[in-house]
Amino acid sequence: MLDGKFLDRHAKVLFPLPAVLFTLALMVFPVLYTLWVSFTNWNLASGLPPRFVWFKSYATVFAEPRFWGAFVRTLYFTGIAVAAETVLGVVWALVLNREFVGKRTIKAMMLLPLVATPVAIGIAWTLFYEPTIGIANWALKLFGLQGSRWIADPDFVLPALAIIDVWQWTPLIALITLAGLAGLSQEPYESARVDGANGWQIFWHITLPMVAPAVLTAVLLRSIDALKTFDIIYSTTQGGPGFASETLNIYSYNLSFNYFRLGQAAASLVFLFALVLSFSALVARLRRRLGL
Amino acid sequence: MKKIAGKLVFALLVLFIVIPVAFPLIWILMSSFKTQVDITASPPRWLFEPTLQNYEKVFREQDFLKFFINSTIVGVSATLVSLALGLPAAWSIARFKQTKLNLLILVARIMPGIALLLPWFLIFSRLGLIDSYTALVMAHVIIGLPLVVWIMSSFFEQVPLEIEESARVDGATRQRTFLSIILPISSPGVVTATTLSFLFSWNNFMFSQVLSMERTRTLPIAVYNFVSYAEIDWGAVMAAAVVIIAPAIVLTMFFQKYVIRGLTMGAVKG
Repeated sequence: MLDGKFLDRHAKVLFPLPAVLFTLALMVFPVLYTLWVSFTNWNLASGLPPRFVWFKSYATVFAEPRFWGAFVRTLYFTGIAVAAETVLGVVWALVLNREFVGKRTIKAMMLLPLVATPVAIGIAWTLFYEPTIGIANWALKLFGLQGSRWIADPDFVLPALAIIDVWQWTPLIALITLAGLAGLSQEPYESARVDGANGWQIFWHITLPMVAPAVLTAVLLRSIDALKTFDIIYSTTQGGPGFASETLNIYSYNLSFNYFRLGQAAASLVFLFALVLSFSALVARLRRRLGL
Repeated sequence: MKKIAGKLVFALLVLFIVIPVAFPLIWILMSSFKTQVDITASPPRWLFEPTLQNYEKVFREQDFLKFFINSTIVGVSATLVSLALGLPAAWSIARFKQTKLNLLILVARIMPGIALLLPWFLIFSRLGLIDSYTALVMAHVIIGLPLVVWIMSSFFEQVPLEIEESARVDGATRQRTFLSIILPISSPGVVTATTLSFLFSWNNFMFSQVLSMERTRTLPIAVYNFVSYAEIDWGAVMAAAVVIIAPAIVLTMFFQKYVIRGLTMGAVKG
């Protein structure tokens, strides 16, 4: 019973202890390790032991046009994907925000893209995008439009990949917004109606400001994940054609596990992590500034 | 008349949501029952004679049953470990307002996976743990643990303090109170956390791609390997996609209320 009492008295420390130790061992230590590697010139392919070179790996990476290409593509992909998801998701939520027969079924259906395995989805879209046998070009022709080469076209591969991301994640923004709409108080609506506001004014001045916190959080969550997108890109193009869809995550992966240039890979990863972290901090500040 | 027109417009709008969401999944399912001739037809065929040969191929020529079992072993173990570590931690975070601790564990949520994968690969290689269940499960716990902590700490916060205090007045220890009172009250949260952490492990590709080889290969890798070889057998690929997506969908439909809550809660809470 002594053990039981000990645990009882020190619950504050002992309850979270296993989780903390695990996180230290599998996250904090590896991150510090990556940080250390980024200051070395470690290259597994050369067979030489790693040497501490301060910022030289960073300098090498930052001097590579391929890195900056990947950086721009990461922002471009995230930007178009999350923007489309937000607009579509909010519109969907507004449409569905009423009681109707089959609402539960439709909400359940919207979960399907969210839980479908991304790699399998990426591979399936490769077939949809196939120029001759794919359903995508068939649909374009149905509307009298010219077929596209989709992910095989270096100029269109990123939007084409963003479409997959939009298909998979718009439901998340819609569901979050819908949950936010469901929690709104009815009072402002009633007084607005008494004052004779029209539908658009009500949406713009009442609904939108009130759901904004929910939407903004959804956008933050999506952006963090979109900046790190891996499965969809790797399973469709692996960064190709050429480097046309190589984002920072794919670039870092290639540096690590295809070229074994660990020092440079680590430097690029530290950069990506800093990007995601500062983006999160920025949104958090924006929320506080706007009082959301 | 105007009312009917309004209803029609609404139905049309709903259709504009439903069709794009459902169609790709339906097309995958349809394609998995097509022969190579039907699937490579141009324009795509809507009517065809269904065949089971693709599924036969997936299970007979490729050892999909083994990959299926591997994915299940890793998913279940990672979920159990995540719960064992995460539940007490989440309670402590909620009860004692340990926000810094919360932040530490949630950093794992925004961390780019490769930043961990690179050192893991080096360390696990040295320890001879590449292609072991241990390494894979530990990697997947880094996905499950933040989920459990995130979801459960907000559930535990809603448990009134009085319930816990009256149990303590009766002489129950904290661990007893936790196990026999707080956890049962919060069981909807536990279901949510369990389902999501299993789904995220089931769908994970990147960690398994680097940490698993022949022995512990999971389904996402097996599906991916299908297309990386020479000529693509599209029918078999689609059947493989169905084999991996179907369990995730069945699980989600079974626990849909919990999955919706888990995916949307963080945002609404603010």
